Amino acid sequence: MNRRSILLGAGAALILPAFGARAQGGQITGAGATFPNPVYQKWAEAARSAINVQVNYQSVGSGAGINQIRNRTVDFGATDAPLNAQQLTDGNLLQFPTVMGSLVAIVNIPGIENDQLKLTGPILADIYLGKITRWNDPRIVAINAGVNLPNLAIAPAYRADGSGTTFVWASYLADVSEEWKTRVGVGTSVRFPAGTGARGNEGVAGTVRQVRGAIGYVENAYAITNRLVTTQIQNKDGNFVKPEHETFMAAAGAADWSVPGFAANIVNTPGAKSWPIVAPTFILLPTNPTDAARSANVRRFFDWAFKDGDRLAQELEYIPLPQATKDAVRAAWSRQFGA
Amino acid sequence: MPGPFFFLLTGRHSVSQAATASPPPPTRAARGAGNLGDTIFEWACRGAGIFVLLLLGAIIVELFIAGLPAFRAFGLGFITSTDWDPVQEVFGAGVSIYGTIVTALLSIVLAVPLAFGIAFYLTELAPVWLRRPVGTAIELLAAVPSIIYGMWGFFVIVPAFATHIQPTLIDTLGEVPGVGFLFQGAPFGTGIFTASFILAIMILPFIAATMRDVFEQVPPVYKESAYGLGATTWEVMKGVVIPYTRVSVVGGIMLGLGRALGETMAVTFVIGNANRISTSLFGPGNTIASLVALEFGESQEGSLKLASLLALGFILFVLSFVVLATSRYLLRSRLKA
Repeated sequence: MNRRSILLGAGAALILPAFGARAQGGQITGAGATFPNPVYQKWAEAARSAINVQVNYQSVGSGAGINQIRNRTVDFGATDAPLNAQQLTDGNLLQFPTVMGSLVAIVNIPGIENDQLKLTGPILADIYLGKITRWNDPRIVAINAGVNLPNLAIAPAYRADGSGTTFVWASYLADVSEEWKTRVGVGTSVRFPAGTGARGNEGVAGTVRQVRGAIGYVENAYAITNRLVTTQIQNKDGNFVKPEHETFMAAAGAADWSVPGFAANIVNTPGAKSWPIVAPTFILLPTNPTDAARSANVRRFFDWAFKDGDRLAQELEYIPLPQATKDAVRAAWSRQFGA
Repeated sequence: MPGPFFFLLTGRHSVSQAATASPPPPTRAARGAGNLGDTIFEWACRGAGIFVLLLLGAIIVELFIAGLPAFRAFGLGFITSTDWDPVQEVFGAGVSIYGTIVTALLSIVLAVPLAFGIAFYLTELAPVWLRRPVGTAIELLAAVPSIIYGMWGFFVIVPAFATHIQPTLIDTLGEVPGVGFLFQGAPFGTGIFTASFILAIMILPFIAATMRDVFEQVPPVYKESAYGLGATTWEVMKGVVIPYTRVSVVGGIMLGLGRALGETMAVTFVIGNANRISTSLFGPGNTIASLVALEFGESQEGSLKLASLLALGFILFVLSFVVLATSRYLLRSRLKA
């Protein structure tokens, strides 16, 4: 790793003169989504020596990030819930994805081991709608032959703070349940009909760990580092899949990115091995930057991240974008800002 | 490192000596240049005082103006509506106002008897050598940051409630006709009752310290006369001390109530954060402060949601203002002394 960073440094030193004045002492600021914060911080640390760009990223929440980039108080904004084409035009913003993450369901049921329990989308929706209230409900028992499910009340836990995680979770439930779509809908915070709210991923994880019979949803990275009990979920093709690298990559590959603002919907993508709840996170970049040099540095930073940041992202359990998507983002940059 | 500290002590000592040794300062008339300094100082202080008033006024006005779109959109129904649906953009303050008032009142119910016991013990019963350490310990409780109470509540109190206290209460009190509905539901550990419990511990030092101070201000001659008539300690407390200090005690309780209304972090950790009014004390709910703290990061500028959150802030401001104004009014005799 040391040799690699030395090589990168040497490479940067060779390239730097070619970039001319705009490449020197690059300092950029960004604010927004909390979900990609760990990987942005890691990238920022590595990019400082690699391409001499200092990134100061504040994870203040997607909504606050959108506000700050609209007011141009930062060089780039970050959001988990994509803006639509109209909002992008109104705000003179260019939107592109950087990395993907996946959500998992976590449970606390005595006697149930990691990835043992099988759940389907409609069952998850009905649990969060408050319609399935006990773990030995016939619908859960029917798909879990051989698993001893106790007669225990289900305690759904959700994110009480507005978050991109809730946006993705609600998108998935709306995709699999008509009732969820009409009664609750999709947003960074929604009106949950049942259960209890906790603050942040750690709050949801803590609640699930403490309450017998609890179920919650967290980012996969969080479930892995905290050794939480995850479940299998049925994907669109009808297969029960485990939350693991292979199924995440399968889902990412099946996404359709050719929509405006790269606002790909990758929950519940088809494919035999696709994990059903995967989502990208986005950067918002002004199309009429007040300081062209800083805007260029933002692009240099993410260009570097696309090229050399995949390993760091994977170490933190994020999913890198497919190469074709990265190329499409770079093409969008050249269209907007020139070469 | 005794060196610098010792130097500091001796340094200060010599300064005070010099001050006492110097001749008395010349009268005001004798120093023409002093007048200007006095005037500047006077106006600077006046400015500082007015600045606070302006700041307070500006905050109220700003909150009201920023919350106006919500009041316009939902009318007075904003205060009573229990709907909070960010997806449909329908907002109402009912649930959080209910949660704020219920948790604050319940915490008062839990804290006041304990605070009274502490104050009674410290002023009448405790041996003199113990009064200072216990009194200091109570005051130190007030210095614990609220995030610490929140984490302690979430990692210690919530599991204890979930596994022991709530199941027991649900099985016993939950079966009692008439009041049983207050103690039913799933033992999450979080909820209105847990939040009130944490709040009670947080406001305990304020109420206990106020009570102790006002109990101590009862002129000894009153108490001694009562003892002389053969009254017991409890009779002196009930017949002399409490009637004498009644108003100030209520003022101290209002002070605690004001704190409980605005508490954010600790409540957010343990209240369950659900926008529903449940009849059970163990059910989840939310308060104005916790809702604002949780939703603020995800509300976009110019949105109805942000306006509603600021309108909630305005309502909380008014609530706290009324409570604190009442407490100042009741405590006015003590504050003058």
